[in-house]
Amino acid sequence: MPPNKTEIARQFIEAIPYSKTLGMVMDEVGDGRAVISMPYDMHMVGDPQTGVIHGGAVSALMDTCGGAAVMCHPLSGGGTATIDLRIDYMRAARPGDRIRAEATCYHVTRSVAFVRAQAFDEDPHDPVAAATGAFTFDRVEAGS
Amino acid sequence: MNRPAPEPVQVVKVRRDVALDALVSGVPWITFMGIRFERRGDELTAILPYAEQHIGNPMLPALHGGAIAAFLEVTAVIELAWARLWDEMESGRLDAQTIRNAALPKMPKTIDFTVDYLRSGLPRDAYARARINRSGRRYASVHVEGWQDNRDRMFAQATGHFLMPAD
Repeated sequence: MPPNKTEIARQFIEAIPYSKTLGMVMDEVGDGRAVISMPYDMHMVGDPQTGVIHGGAVSALMDTCGGAAVMCHPLSGGGTATIDLRIDYMRAARPGDRIRAEATCYHVTRSVAFVRAQAFDEDPHDPVAAATGAFTFDRVEAGS
Repeated sequence: MNRPAPEPVQVVKVRRDVALDALVSGVPWITFMGIRFERRGDELTAILPYAEQHIGNPMLPALHGGAIAAFLEVTAVIELAWARLWDEMESGRLDAQTIRNAALPKMPKTIDFTVDYLRSGLPRDAYARARINRSGRRYASVHVEGWQDNRDRMFAQATGHFLMPAD
């Protein structure tokens, strides 16, 4: 990915108030794949007894990452909106760990993009959550 | 033929409001999102007051899908925890003082959560109500409806499954 495109992607994330509020950073982006991470923060805690972050914070990360994967697909004509997103929570994220999401836009039609995503804490071999989603898509035909 | 005198309404209200407040104010994420709950008897309505930080598309502008998902999930979890607390409280096993001082009941854990985005979220307040469709000893299934200006025009709905905490 050329540095200017990475820079554009980074600026794009920082222009989204909700993503910026949660401290999201674009780690990788290109060809229908995006990696975004955010720091653990006390205000994300959903269970005060354990310090585990709320599922809603993980949803926000997955949604942003899914949208970014769609927008950087080679055939994408621009913006996108989430049609539906399902998240499976496999285990509690370790309190204090940075959360990282990886999303892949694995199929597009003229108007819909299909995405799979996983979220990790600092253990890269044991995902904390998985997601599948459908996003709106505006396909640019090759050669046009 | 003597029934015990009904509790004074103020006692009942204080107990219920204290219980709800204890449940909601103990969760940092709920405070961070600015979510509030209104109560009519046992019926809860969640409110997400509009905040610029919830925007996901500054061009439209529209609420972030993640903020909407978070709002609906909080609504579902609190409804479940509230339903359990309600039974404890109304059977007389818990009073306001105990609730104030005691550790909060354990929160249900989300197994999965699916959000259906029907319309873009407008830059204004949002509301949600959850309905528990099935609640067993270990698992529960909850449906949530979210709306903004018109109650019969949902902007998002969600279904989730939850693992109930062991007693």
